[in-house]
Amino acid sequence: MGQAVTEPAPQLFDGATGKWEVVIGLEVHAQVSSQSKLFSGAATEFGAEPNSQVSLVDAAMPGMLPVINAYCIEQAVRTGLGLKAAVNLRSVFDRKNYFYPDLPAGYQISQFKQPIVGEGEIFIELADGAVRRVGIERLHLEQDAGKSLHDQHPKFTYVDLNRSGVALMEIVSKPDMRSSEEAGAYVRKLRTILRYLGTCDGNMDQGSMRADVNVSVRKPGGALGTRCEIKNVNSMRFIQQAVEYEARRQIEVIEGGGTIAQETRLYDANTGVTRSMRSKEEAHDYRYFPDPDLLPLVLTQAEVDAIKATLPELPDEKRRRLENELKISPYLAKVLVAEKETADYFEVLVAEAGKRTGKKPAEMGQDSANLLVMELFGLLNKDGRTIEASPVSAAALAGLLALRLDGTISGLASKEVLAEMFATGKDAASVVDEKGLRQVSDTGEIERLVDQAIADNPKQLAQFKAGKETMLGFFVGQVMKMSQGRANPAVVNDLLRKKLAG
Amino acid sequence: MELNDLTIAEMQDGLRARKFSATELAKAALAAADRAKVMNIFITETHERTLAMAAESDQRFAKGMARPLDGVPVAMKDLFCTKGVRTTAASHILDAFVPTYESTVSANLWRDGAVLLGKTNLDEFAMGSSNETSFFGPVENPWRKLGDARSRVPGGSSGGSAAVVAARIAPGATGTDTGGSIRQPAAFCGIAGIKPTYGRCSRWGIVAFASSLDQAGPMARTVRDCAILLQSMAGYDAKDSTSADLPVPDFATAITGDIRGLKIGIPTEYRVDGMPAEIAAVWDRGAQWLRDAGAEVRPVHLPMTKYALPTYYIVAPAEASSNLARYDGVRFGLRVPGTGDLTGMYEATRGEGFGKEVRRRILIGTYVLSAGYYDAYYLKAQRVRSLIARDFQKAFEQVDALLTPTAPSEAFARGEKSGDPISMYLNDVFTVPASLAGIPGMSVPAGLSGNGLPLGLQVLGRAYDEETVFRVAGVLEQAAAFAAKPEPWWVKP
Repeated sequence: MGQAVTEPAPQLFDGATGKWEVVIGLEVHAQVSSQSKLFSGAATEFGAEPNSQVSLVDAAMPGMLPVINAYCIEQAVRTGLGLKAAVNLRSVFDRKNYFYPDLPAGYQISQFKQPIVGEGEIFIELADGAVRRVGIERLHLEQDAGKSLHDQHPKFTYVDLNRSGVALMEIVSKPDMRSSEEAGAYVRKLRTILRYLGTCDGNMDQGSMRADVNVSVRKPGGALGTRCEIKNVNSMRFIQQAVEYEARRQIEVIEGGGTIAQETRLYDANTGVTRSMRSKEEAHDYRYFPDPDLLPLVLTQAEVDAIKATLPELPDEKRRRLENELKISPYLAKVLVAEKETADYFEVLVAEAGKRTGKKPAEMGQDSANLLVMELFGLLNKDGRTIEASPVSAAALAGLLALRLDGTISGLASKEVLAEMFATGKDAASVVDEKGLRQVSDTGEIERLVDQAIADNPKQLAQFKAGKETMLGFFVGQVMKMSQGRANPAVVNDLLRKKLAG
Repeated sequence: MELNDLTIAEMQDGLRARKFSATELAKAALAAADRAKVMNIFITETHERTLAMAAESDQRFAKGMARPLDGVPVAMKDLFCTKGVRTTAASHILDAFVPTYESTVSANLWRDGAVLLGKTNLDEFAMGSSNETSFFGPVENPWRKLGDARSRVPGGSSGGSAAVVAARIAPGATGTDTGGSIRQPAAFCGIAGIKPTYGRCSRWGIVAFASSLDQAGPMARTVRDCAILLQSMAGYDAKDSTSADLPVPDFATAITGDIRGLKIGIPTEYRVDGMPAEIAAVWDRGAQWLRDAGAEVRPVHLPMTKYALPTYYIVAPAEASSNLARYDGVRFGLRVPGTGDLTGMYEATRGEGFGKEVRRRILIGTYVLSAGYYDAYYLKAQRVRSLIARDFQKAFEQVDALLTPTAPSEAFARGEKSGDPISMYLNDVFTVPASLAGIPGMSVPAGLSGNGLPLGLQVLGRAYDEETVFRVAGVLEQAAAFAAKPEPWWVKP
């Protein structure tokens, strides 16, 4: 990979007996972006009427059989490749048996011993710039369960099976994270990669991504402690909060003379605490065994290679290219790749600007990045809009950039033009014409203004002559003001230097 | 000649020649069913639908658009889901279940013009070898021991289907076979029945017992009739991932009567201790018939045979324990509130809904899959299963088919074994190995015991080579010339 990896900077918690280190592993459940379910043709659209997207298979009617959705398999392979992971050419679907009303068959089809994807890795960057590698243990496919609705009737629970059978990828990390920040950065990075790949939309508020967080504590460098698993945490913020709370709780228990029992816990977002859900003793015996309704899933290397050939450029590679080839600063490059939509927008911006100016990407990468991140983002943020909802398209922004790069408008005027484009949806050229913001580069006209500025300010002229070079800036300002910002600053500078020197 | 005595092939000829109509056949079948109620063959009768389907067949005959099975009455084992017709699996837990869908196998039969003649009784969820575990009561074998009026079991689990054919009510019926559920009742009732290769018929819409073993097949009075029915039932189905995407050969034309030069194996290990002399004799006789017809008969070894039964009684209950988890009272079928909370509802529903044998197998299956026992039972059983399959593969390198008895005894009396599960399970000793290996097996009537009860011989073949099985079975059938019929004691004068 060629990533410079920094040694972990563990988040140390102060306890009564000294410092403690937290060890974190994450199991992220990511819903596969697919029109239909993992083993049935039923739709997967979010927010549909309860039980309106349920096939006979999803409801586990007698005699119904699962059939693997090839597209979901492809998506899992794509994800594995995106995580630089080994794809297992032979994998097996197992049944995980337990009774619950929202689990119609009484078992969940999952992959237990032979998952479709093996070990991989993700690189995360922390606020201080440190880069950390987090190992991926495995990725397997499984069905989601339905949803129990406990608030519809005073005495009964209702069941909505729309989610029943929806394809999930469970992505299991190694216990490689050492701080809540790393846990957050990991989930964010994973989400970005999934969205680049198009294999999961990453909408945490719609349940498309949720995490089980495994937390243990130990004395720095000591043996691993007993872990607790915090189930179903559904936002980045909650993941970090849950880690913090759980680490402190465990330290308190140990320092109070107790021991940590391996158990499953729930995070209560309202109170910010985790509480016990079931102990190891109460844990289900899932009686996993290979699902006899499904043959082992066998892929050929050629099929995997064909998927590999369609992989998009992923954030780490894109960022390196932006820095190395487009000469964009590390900070801006990081911002540009963090969201797939931003990156896509930026690629169109550079391509369109290239078409208009004939310049190479490397010659305008930084300008393009600045315009997008420093200026358009400001307007979007003020309006509470995302880049997808930008009233200024990438092509339109490229139009503005081109006018700026070829000197048609000044940098100052450019801000005004962008604001107008943002407000009205008009293109850059029309705004420039309407507002008369075309930059003046005609030396004759600028010379007249320069002469006037010098004539109007004898005191400042004297100071300049006396050696106060900085007075040049004053005169530039005067000329620009008189031209209402339209004069080409380079021409103004040139002429002023000549005249003042004369 | 009585219409009900006709074979399917004869019915097809008569219908095409317009000697009788589909409606006449249907009425004759329904009348025979009405006369035979005492045998408890049907769980659900379908008089109206039977007549309506027959009328449709007659219309197609009138238009000259008849299909291969048009007008042929076929009774369906009540394990096949039939759209709009109650499908119970002979269980209390499904006793009011009406599917909104049609199983692939039954749909294939209707596509070819067959006429539904009721849903036949079976062991609950196909778990049993005597049809005594049905929630709807046992089926009676049309055959009785000479001079003994006690009820005999028809075998199981497809006991109703075997009895309906043996009693000349329907010329053919569907069965399912997980460990012998087509072959053993066929032998007990003096009819033919084939379990095709696993994957030959779609399992879609068949209430599952043990998914890796369940396979549908036909039961009829002749080998040819079985071939005719299987022709319609079989075929690839994209809805069943384990169904075989292979062309379906013409089974009936495989019955050439010529087995000269064919090599037939007699598995030495099937000559079990305490095998009744009559069974050994009918087996020897069968071997001689094949020799007489020009086949080369030789002993073969299947050394893993003795492990087949214990392997089966781990694998099948394991899968069943999981397959039957869906009967939980939540979405369909019986719901018993119990103590009112969720666990109470589960316990009451499943406790009341399942019979004793089904509960026993769920317990066995749950046990062998449990943490700490999985490796010792389920995993080991799967390994032994592979070895059993390899035994057959090796044998089929030397021979083209195997000949064995179908069951270790004639039909026993009702209640004789129902208190002793092990002795009941032993009934499957000759049928279970082929189930575990997934290979086709067919039972043909070979003669009567000294007690006047039918005995069957089993022909086993290579995977997807039902053609050879039919060919050999056809020769056996011809040599045996089994023409005996049960005395119709159920018909009141």
